[in-house]
Amino acid sequence: MMTSTSLVYLIALPLAGSAILLLAGRRSDKWGHLLATALSASSFFVGLYQLSLMVGRTNSDRPVTQKLFEWISVGTFKIDASLMLDQLSICFVLLITGVGTLIHIYSISYMSHDPDRRRFFAFLNLFIAAMLLLVLGDSYLNLYVGWEGVGLASYLLIGFWNQKPAYATASKKAFVMNRIGDMGLSFAIMIAFATMGTVSFSGVKEAAGHTSTAALTGIGIMLLVAATGKSAQFPLQAWLGDAMAGPTPVSALIHAATMVTAGVYLITRSNFIFDAAPTAQLLVVIVGAITLMFGALIGTAKDDIKKALAASTMSQIGYMILGAGLGPVGYAFAIMHLLTHGFFKAGMFLGAGSVMHGMNDEVNMRKYGALRKFMPITFATFGLGYLAILGVPPFAGFYSKDMIIETAFNSGGAKGIILGCVTLLGAGITAFYMTRVMILTFTGKSRWDEEAHPHESPWLMWLPMAILAIGSVTSGYLLSHGDTLVNWLSPLFVNHGERAELLSPVVVSGLALAMVAIGVAIAFVKYSRNEVAAVAPTDVSIFTTIARQDLLQDRFNEAVFMQPGQALTAVLVKTDEAVIDGAVRGVGRIALGSGSALRGIQTGFVRSYAALILIGAVALIAAIWVVTQ
Amino acid sequence: MNAANYLYLSALLFTIGAVGVVVRRNAIVVFMCIELMLNAANLSFVTFSRINGDLNGQVIAFFTMVVAACEVVVGLAIIVTIYRSRRSASIDDASLLKR
Repeated sequence: MMTSTSLVYLIALPLAGSAILLLAGRRSDKWGHLLATALSASSFFVGLYQLSLMVGRTNSDRPVTQKLFEWISVGTFKIDASLMLDQLSICFVLLITGVGTLIHIYSISYMSHDPDRRRFFAFLNLFIAAMLLLVLGDSYLNLYVGWEGVGLASYLLIGFWNQKPAYATASKKAFVMNRIGDMGLSFAIMIAFATMGTVSFSGVKEAAGHTSTAALTGIGIMLLVAATGKSAQFPLQAWLGDAMAGPTPVSALIHAATMVTAGVYLITRSNFIFDAAPTAQLLVVIVGAITLMFGALIGTAKDDIKKALAASTMSQIGYMILGAGLGPVGYAFAIMHLLTHGFFKAGMFLGAGSVMHGMNDEVNMRKYGALRKFMPITFATFGLGYLAILGVPPFAGFYSKDMIIETAFNSGGAKGIILGCVTLLGAGITAFYMTRVMILTFTGKSRWDEEAHPHESPWLMWLPMAILAIGSVTSGYLLSHGDTLVNWLSPLFVNHGERAELLSPVVVSGLALAMVAIGVAIAFVKYSRNEVAAVAPTDVSIFTTIARQDLLQDRFNEAVFMQPGQALTAVLVKTDEAVIDGAVRGVGRIALGSGSALRGIQTGFVRSYAALILIGAVALIAAIWVVTQ
Repeated sequence: MNAANYLYLSALLFTIGAVGVVVRRNAIVVFMCIELMLNAANLSFVTFSRINGDLNGQVIAFFTMVVAACEVVVGLAIIVTIYRSRRSASIDDASLLKR
């Protein structure tokens, strides 16, 4: 494999930015945001440079590595801190730094009134560096460092406004739920090390051929647990909605475009494990299918624009996970959907931020309405993202989502039919809730609060939105035209034979578009024909109530995990107090009691001590005399 | 002369010394009583040495004298210092550990 010396700059630049901004403190308030943006952009240009080098080489020469330093060296066991850039990593590198830079630019304006803007940019740069380490690590252990790093950055940014207790709680919730996933990843690494003796991607790939299926299934399931935590998949999905407490650029970058897709990266990167462990692969598909429906259903009931988009993110990542679970035919499509989703979802989140910016940070869509006239650019960019997520040709989602639906249908047997129907139904529901968001926000009558004065955002904000909108329009075509992305990624995956064709692409597209049309039509009838209440109606069906409460996921977690956990803690605290503290205090009390009893003979008079010594000596001698007689 | 008589004398001297330590309050007198006990012990050692016909007891008597000399030096210094600071040589007055 070829080596390179410039990979480290990808990570070092944003990391240096983060360090400078945090260490320089208030002194860098004036220029910190500019430095952070410039460093993120330069990291993007390093990525472009690497891409240009990579394109110029033949397929097998494309991956490059760089050894940073020897990390762990114990006997024959050695792990280097090394970076590896291959066809898969470069996609992520460009997505992270590209979208990341756009969001840096957006945040300059969005956060301009915040006194802690510099700290915000320091965390953003930290996130970029950690996420790049995640996708550039050449072993599971290096990936794990980045994995934890993005978790930390996510925690810091969700709780950026931690003066509000609810926001601080949201960041804690995200952190704790992510820990469960992180535990899965560390178990996967441990199993891999115990059974294969190596944790590097290349080593595990080699060893996967002669490792028992049971071990591979174990690793696969643990990797899936990791992916569900980081990517907000069922059953660890509950944190994503609350993560919207963070500033909107954070939601766009971390909780839509990049970090939450780390699970998809992990599964795709570990394709050699999942291909050899069908049970784990089936579980991946099931998790993806459940989550895509779960997220879509939650999305239909949310009035908070960011939470509706978060539910949509969950659902779209469900598509990606499902795609990645379909095996070699699905990996490339999962990545393609990930990239197009990065464009249109980040764009829509930035659009939501722009709307909030003009509406005094109001997030309730029932208090929007008729914003099209006041925010034409936001409307246009959001609308293009909307068409992309719906999958209307020729927008990006049409190519990527239809590919996943088609692959699902063609995966064979009853499984294929079920998955195909779920993905189709998901597409219809997606159309419904996204149309609902569009109608409630941009059309109809205004339902604003009195002090709201909506206005278009400054150019620093709409420019990134416009660029992302261009990506939402073109990326799907560019990536799928002539199977560009599939061919680009193909050296990484096991070659597969011809796909079985249950339904032809045209039929699938027709079905998907029909579902989308139905979804849009229902939304129109429900929200455009009728008046929208400015206050959410309370006399709604039981299903709506449940969907508004995120399908009871929090209640479930509280009843099944939190309350028994708290009961267990209470018991342990009691036990600790009674048994352990009791024993320790008992020893103390015995010493104290015997001490005060014995204190009586300590008179302080030398003569009494002398008398005691004398009595003792006499008694001793008498005893010896008696015994020896 | 019966060697046992020396042992009786030794026991008598030791008892006088022990009673003196317990009963008397004056530190100097207590001190002299301790010396008396040490010398009673010395007498026993020397007597046993004569009875057994070896030198062990005599050697130990010398050790005891050396220790007694050291003890006198340190003990008298302490007594003088206490007397200077407290204007009293009564050992019952020197009971600060209790109070």
